[in-house]
Amino acid sequence: MVLIMADELVKIDHMTKKYDENTIIEDLSLTIHEGEVVVIVGPSGCGKSTLLRCINGLEPIQGGSITFRGESIDGKSKHINEIRQRIGMVFQSYELFPHKTILQNITLAPIMVQKRKKGEVEKEAEELLSRVGLLEKKDSFPRQLSGGQKQRVAIVRALCMHPEVLLFDEVTAALDPEMVREVLEVLLSLAEQGRTMVIVTHEMSFAKAVADRVVFLDHGEIVEEGRPVDFFEHPKTERAQKFLNTFTYDKVEKAK
Amino acid sequence: METSDIFRMLWAGTGETLLMVFASTALGYVIGLPVGVLLTISDTDGICPHPLLYKILDIIINITRSIPFLILLILIQPFTKFVVGKSYGTVATIVPLTIAAVPFIARMVEGSLKEVDHGVVEAALSMGAGKMTIVIKVLIAEARTSLLVGVTIALGTILGYSAMAGIVGGGGLGDIAIRYGYYRYETGIMLITVLVLVILMQVLQWLGTLLSKKLDRRRG
Repeated sequence: MVLIMADELVKIDHMTKKYDENTIIEDLSLTIHEGEVVVIVGPSGCGKSTLLRCINGLEPIQGGSITFRGESIDGKSKHINEIRQRIGMVFQSYELFPHKTILQNITLAPIMVQKRKKGEVEKEAEELLSRVGLLEKKDSFPRQLSGGQKQRVAIVRALCMHPEVLLFDEVTAALDPEMVREVLEVLLSLAEQGRTMVIVTHEMSFAKAVADRVVFLDHGEIVEEGRPVDFFEHPKTERAQKFLNTFTYDKVEKAK
Repeated sequence: METSDIFRMLWAGTGETLLMVFASTALGYVIGLPVGVLLTISDTDGICPHPLLYKILDIIINITRSIPFLILLILIQPFTKFVVGKSYGTVATIVPLTIAAVPFIARMVEGSLKEVDHGVVEAALSMGAGKMTIVIKVLIAEARTSLLVGVTIALGTILGYSAMAGIVGGGGLGDIAIRYGYYRYETGIMLITVLVLVILMQVLQWLGTLLSKKLDRRRG
């Protein structure tokens, strides 16, 4: 029996994830509290994205448990679709529906899944679009948008479902550098609104700015976690130090 | 034969051919589309994997597809007679044509639906969409260009099959080509009939391509 505290939104308890014989995540425990912004960092292949996908039930787990407000997250359970509506997810490659307009992309799930009224959903979608500066694109198709614009639409699509927690899976990894900022600024404003977010990213200065708590993952286990100032200024473990060093370069000393 | 008689005969034959082709393709989709959907979602990477169901459908489709159409036509004659009351003529030919079309259409639908990026299916799943919503609003809606190309290919293939049915008195243009061109050595009529078939195929293909381009939102 797992004890659930009132403000615990997502509780991962001794979870293990395997692909066939490969263990991706082993015995990982992590709790996301309401209103908290947790940033997960770590080298490629450390299991960050897999962890996010497990939180949404997109990947089955082989051990332990993941609960959302005390309800078990299991891709095969009958309630999974109700739980998923309350967990928003934004993907690295946007995953917008190519044959639907921007507005249709955003309103599809609220209308079809949540059975909300079309007029009300469209009004909200338009409000959200104007907040990210994309209202004039509402009748365009995804191919007519830049990567940064598509990702902002994907964020609006997730928001329109009124999720209680948002999962961001390397949302700027596929973007050109100048478009990274426009997307991260949306995330920063969501953090200011007090939204609960779990963010997987490689943007270290952004992580430092947005996070309440940084979790450093390596080889499928949490190596270190703490406040961003502590983690980025004084990483305790050698592995974290080594990882953070990969983001800085020494000045070239030219041979005379 | 007078020229006007030949024209009248070809006109009627074209009508019969079009009736056979469109009716059996439509009926083929009524059964083939759901089967193609089942194949797509029951496969190992589908939204409700069911290896046994997939294997059974897979085997049935492979068996029916490997029977040559002419043999199928003769093999199921008793069934055709049972359904429409006789085993020859335009309406009767719709039965074997439909049976030949179903597995073919199911395979093409499967191919089209599997082209839909798994990422957008996951996006729909992550928003809590149910299986029906995903099938209709994501898989079929996003694959529509490819599905339409499939309809064009199906119509063309069935048009070819329908001409074969002429051998057993199936009606339509194929029937005319065989009766006059082959049995009576009237090469002229045979060539004109073939020409009409060529024109029909061209028109179908042109319409299909036009329509699928119009519905494609990924380019433009």
